[in-house]
Amino acid sequence: MLYIKCPYCGLRAQKEFSYGGDATVKRPNINEEVSSEDWDNFVYMRKSPRGKHIELWQHIAGCRQWIKVQRDTATHEIFQTAKVTEEIR
Amino acid sequence: MHKYSVFSLIKNAFSNHQNWEVAWKDPTPKSEYDVVIIGGGGHGLATAYYLAKEHNIRNVAIIEKGWIGGGNVGRNTTIIRSNFMYDANARFNEFGMDLWRNLSQELNFNVMFSPRGIINLAHSDAQMNAYARRGNSMRLNGIDAKLLDRDEVKKLIPMADFSDEVRFPIFGGLMQSSAGTARHDAVAWGYARQADDMGVDIIQHCEVTGFDVVNGKIKGIRTSRGDIKAKKVGLCVAGSTNILAEKLNMTLPIETHVLQACVSEPVKPLLDGVVTFGAGHFYISQSDKGEMVMGGDLDGYNSYAQRGNLPTIQHVLTGGLALFPFLSRLKMLRTWGGIMDMSMDGSPIIDKTHIEGLYLNCGWCYGGFKSTPVSGWTFAHTIAQDQVHELNSELRLNRFSTGHLLDEKGLGTKTWIG
Repeated sequence: MLYIKCPYCGLRAQKEFSYGGDATVKRPNINEEVSSEDWDNFVYMRKSPRGKHIELWQHIAGCRQWIKVQRDTATHEIFQTAKVTEEIR
Repeated sequence: MHKYSVFSLIKNAFSNHQNWEVAWKDPTPKSEYDVVIIGGGGHGLATAYYLAKEHNIRNVAIIEKGWIGGGNVGRNTTIIRSNFMYDANARFNEFGMDLWRNLSQELNFNVMFSPRGIINLAHSDAQMNAYARRGNSMRLNGIDAKLLDRDEVKKLIPMADFSDEVRFPIFGGLMQSSAGTARHDAVAWGYARQADDMGVDIIQHCEVTGFDVVNGKIKGIRTSRGDIKAKKVGLCVAGSTNILAEKLNMTLPIETHVLQACVSEPVKPLLDGVVTFGAGHFYISQSDKGEMVMGGDLDGYNSYAQRGNLPTIQHVLTGGLALFPFLSRLKMLRTWGGIMDMSMDGSPIIDKTHIEGLYLNCGWCYGGFKSTPVSGWTFAHTIAQDQVHELNSELRLNRFSTGHLLDEKGLGTKTWIG
């Protein structure tokens, strides 16, 4: 079981959360011309690194907020969590 | 190489089975090969075998970081099927079924292919309609499919919960009688033994650390056991695809996730085919040893761990218990995990790349085992001829940008819910 520290609610079990994927993927700006390549990169292309990965989770059975989690994809160790508006470095 | 037969078995019995010749050698890497296949799993071994057999390219090396058959080919739930709706997937896998049917004879190694059938259960009228549509598509591609009603399913799997109180009653199911299972380790070993016999070097415990690319052309690879020159390089590394892609500065429509499976203690013969639950993600078959072999959902977050978490196993088996209440009496023998190269549309990629001489085989999600022979066959063709075969002509890397997706389940790009 993973234990994730929700920035709003504190440490909670993984079962309360729902995964949301890579948090570093940026949607191309709205109202600007988007090249096919940029759109493909946003929709389909993922680095999926082995090691530190910044990802989105939603505290779906809790406060329902989206949060950012920095987690190791090889060991599952969680290093940092943050509100979705905050940066993880 | 001596042929395996009942006579060789008897002959070796006289010397207490101490004098069997090794099934494949342990060579030192040469400095140069015509083709290097990275990844000594089922697909990599099959590719090397078909390169030698079909295309007479025998100066081939397989480079494996661990040991052959230690990855997903030794971790899957051994299901073989071709019950796909889209033409590209159906034709590809039905060609594979033909290879499976003759594989034990061809490899002189009993892979124990057993066409015992698969039933996908339906739990609503809508699901029955969807299965009727899929079954019709399959039959148009020459694949046997039969839509079963509730009574027909009950005859085949009477131990399922057919009572009135169930939350997800069984309405019927779609059956492919020609689907089945095989002994997964034997597939890896059979291909390895034959490939080795035809001159392929199987190099284990050798990690690829980098690539030598000059002017957009592959020249060789760098490994923990020295540099190896190669005219052509094939990537066949399933869950490690993203790691090697990073060394090539490539980003792929692939995410890596962990999938768990489990087996129960062995019990007497009970279930003769493969059954999938239609109201949750759960599938089950019984091994020849009697263990119930079960699997279901991904753990649901990017992972390279080759091990998973208990909540997912609990969730999967909750679905299992809803379908087969008798499972509650069984003890779990073991669980394990494998890492999956989840593609963004759920279908594989077998293609050339923008680097000349570099070929890509990935995106198998959790369905790679059944495609082992056809994957090797088409990948060998793609490498040898430097062009895709008709069978993998739609399994291209560029289908994501051109919009020709093969989204069999229509789940979108959230690979972790696949």
